[in-house]
Amino acid sequence: MIQAIQHSLFAWWPEPLRLVLFLVAILSFVGLNAAYLVWVERKGAGRFQRRPGPTEVGYAGLLQPIADALKLMTKQLIVPAGADTTLFRLAPLLMMSPALMSLAVIPWGQSLAARNINVGLLMIFAFGAINVMAIMLGGWSSRNKYAIISAARVVSQNVAYEIPMLLVVITMIMVTGTMNLTEIVTQQAGGFWHWNLFRVWVNPLMPATFLIFFTCMLAETNRAPFDMAEAESELVAGAYTEYAGMGFGVFFMAEYANILLGCALGTALFLGGWQSPVGILPGVVWFLLKMYFLIFSVVWIRWTFPRTQFYGLLNLSWKILIPVSLVTLLLTSAMMKLVHA
Amino acid sequence: MKNSLKEFATGFNSLLVGMRVTIRQFFRPTVTVHYPHETLKMPPRFRGHIELVRDPQTGKALCFACKLCERACPSDCISVEGAKLEGAKKRSVTNYILDFTKCSLCGSCVEACRDGAIRFSREYNLASTDKADYIMDLFKRLENESLEAEGNAGQPSPPAGAVVGQASSPAGSPGVPPGVPAPTAPPAPPQAEVPKAGQPKPASPPQTT
Amino acid sequence: MIVKDQLKTELSADGAPRETFVINLGPQHPATHGVLRVKMTMDGEYIVRAEPVCGYIHRMQEKMGENRTYAQFLPNTSRIDYLSAMTYTHGFVGAVERAAKLQVPPRAEYIRVITSELNRISSHLVWWGAFLMDLGGFTPMLYAFDDREKILDLLEGITGSRLTYSYYRIGGLYNDVDDTFINGTRAFVAQMRPRLKMYRDLVTDNIIFRKRLIDIGPISKEMCRKYGATGPVIRGSGVPYDVRRIEPYSVYSEFDFIIPTFEECDSMARYLVRMEEMAQSLRIIEQALDKLPAGPVMVEKVPRVLKLPAGDYCYAVEAARGRFSVRIVSDNKEIPYRVKLRTPSLSNLSLFEEASQGMLLPDALALMGSLDLVIPDIDR
Repeated sequence: MIQAIQHSLFAWWPEPLRLVLFLVAILSFVGLNAAYLVWVERKGAGRFQRRPGPTEVGYAGLLQPIADALKLMTKQLIVPAGADTTLFRLAPLLMMSPALMSLAVIPWGQSLAARNINVGLLMIFAFGAINVMAIMLGGWSSRNKYAIISAARVVSQNVAYEIPMLLVVITMIMVTGTMNLTEIVTQQAGGFWHWNLFRVWVNPLMPATFLIFFTCMLAETNRAPFDMAEAESELVAGAYTEYAGMGFGVFFMAEYANILLGCALGTALFLGGWQSPVGILPGVVWFLLKMYFLIFSVVWIRWTFPRTQFYGLLNLSWKILIPVSLVTLLLTSAMMKLVHA
Repeated sequence: MKNSLKEFATGFNSLLVGMRVTIRQFFRPTVTVHYPHETLKMPPRFRGHIELVRDPQTGKALCFACKLCERACPSDCISVEGAKLEGAKKRSVTNYILDFTKCSLCGSCVEACRDGAIRFSREYNLASTDKADYIMDLFKRLENESLEAEGNAGQPSPPAGAVVGQASSPAGSPGVPPGVPAPTAPPAPPQAEVPKAGQPKPASPPQTT
Repeated sequence: MIVKDQLKTELSADGAPRETFVINLGPQHPATHGVLRVKMTMDGEYIVRAEPVCGYIHRMQEKMGENRTYAQFLPNTSRIDYLSAMTYTHGFVGAVERAAKLQVPPRAEYIRVITSELNRISSHLVWWGAFLMDLGGFTPMLYAFDDREKILDLLEGITGSRLTYSYYRIGGLYNDVDDTFINGTRAFVAQMRPRLKMYRDLVTDNIIFRKRLIDIGPISKEMCRKYGATGPVIRGSGVPYDVRRIEPYSVYSEFDFIIPTFEECDSMARYLVRMEEMAQSLRIIEQALDKLPAGPVMVEKVPRVLKLPAGDYCYAVEAARGRFSVRIVSDNKEIPYRVKLRTPSLSNLSLFEEASQGMLLPDALALMGSLDLVIPDIDR
């Protein structure tokens, strides 16, 4: 019945208007989240450390992100002399845009995807590759030796972790038979045992697949324990050194937008998207609940573990994650051919 | 192969154990004190800056300017002067300046004084923007305290928290007994003052708050 | 920015030329290292030479010793290494008492042991938190400081200060402890043991953490001996050298505790030495509380004007960082002729230059963290 209401509300609108409305909604959702995920992170960090976190600005510190945003916006946007101005200004935008664009194909609820594209997954990963380039541009155009070194490290880290991520996603595509995210979610209808996470009869290593996906998502977004790029610096601040004010602010927001995208993707692929285990709430609420649970886990992991060493990070990817995901791929294809032919 | 699998399993398990530790801490109450909305009570032996002790019988300072404290101080921050007033048997102190910018709160002066004429106060709200606030005239403070005590004889004195305003005047102003919080709170949130001690009593001998 | 002419061409070990550049670590640090400058000559990511430059916080403690009476110098001793201030005061006071042949009452000695061990635990907690923050785990610091608050509250109850206690006096203590302290310390010991276990679960057994420390920063026994490194540094390299056992002072010979020693010589060994030391300190505190005798806490007659007979007097204690010893040279005046403070951090730092050659920069920083340096201790 809820689906009927949603359908009646949205289905009859002319397509361009619907699209524009969706995009505005997504942009504002991402903007709000990028700001308030900071609040979640700081309050979460406080709670994990047995202290309150921000409490002064607004009730329970809820206006803190607004205060931070205002502070960043009032700072001068310094472009270093000798830096490549166009690329320098372009890099933060290039990091933000892929996340925003990819969010257009995520099925937020039943018939609540901005665009229902048949190659949705492929689109997300194609745009995701732009992230790597954006960081490299940011480091390069700063004309700062430490920024370049740090950016180079980020690139090698991201490339190393994209491979197991893609292998895992290929496995999931084989399991579900489609790249259309809306269809993937629709396939997981029924009780929660129908979620892709539990489909072990097709892919025996499914929980491992989910963990690999999660780890790769942490590494792709440069979150702890893989944040050598931002916090590596016992010396300098990494690839974002030369960025002041809102330039840095946009990088920051882009990081949270990427986390949002990664968790949304994880929810859609593995945790059943908007499918509810008990049919009481509209699908979008369940989607958001699952997504925020994953985001909470990301924050939880950050405040628990120390940073990995750089070679440890790369070793983990090349020596453990890639072999395991290759094995998963082979196993899944074998199971599909032999058992489900 | 088997060894590395086992190593991997123990390693992965250690990550989960670590996560369990933090999530359990997440649900436990905070251990911080939300200053300035809440304050802590200082223990009786807390070392704030020194103050002169009043003799309850005569109402004057016990100190008679023997200068033992001045000699004992390693940082040369005390300067005492005394004079024999007319009709008095002993000398009494006329000037007692403590340069708190040099004091290291070592307690040599308190220990050196044979008559218990100085003791540690329990002041910790000493932030100020003016260096002159730290050249403390302890004798004048004692006198102001006695005047206030005489003026308020018979009436309960107001809670000292009301005295303090902004950061420019340190809370170590006369009449503010130790132990009562005098927060210099930021203007926006309302001051939820919780006086931790009882009603302030003017300059009594060592309080057991 | 690196200017071209700063790039030097040096010869590496196999004779091939390599380009190096010099960068500075400090003297201001984002991490809690204190004001230490390390001039590093780097070949890409590898350290060719790390030259520590100290002296940014030289406060002339030894010079002040020559201009203050023995009683007046006491507050200075707390400020040499402010994290384990009690043990340093113990060293100085012990030297003066040894010279003046004062017999400190047993109750005072036991209380000195209890407070010194509490101070050792609090110092190790700060080290633990700061070390983990260097490595990127921010949460354990807060847990460590929570425990440390309890110790500081206990010590504040008897001494009145939280960090630089001027509690010991020549001949005893400033004042006696009360029941609040004794009961509070027992309660603290009881709740600290499960916390140590929690630290083990959260950090020591953590695979990420272990990978960052095991086999990183090896310091051999010979290197320790060459540079005079003491404390957990040498105990992590397999030598059970602890002043409390080698030259027992105060009443340490009456307690039953082990000296944790590990053979592996890497950063993990030094880490484990300190974690074990915290557990052993808890044991010592418990035993001391049980055996605490009644009596005075101050020698009856300490001369108001203390003059030590002419000569050379020495006293060594095991501070949290290693062996701290005081040497007083007196010429029968109120004011000593010379007060020499031998601090552990300077010796521990001096092996950093040799130990960090050829290491990756983050590994060298893990090594420096495991040495537990307090910069005022180096510069005095």
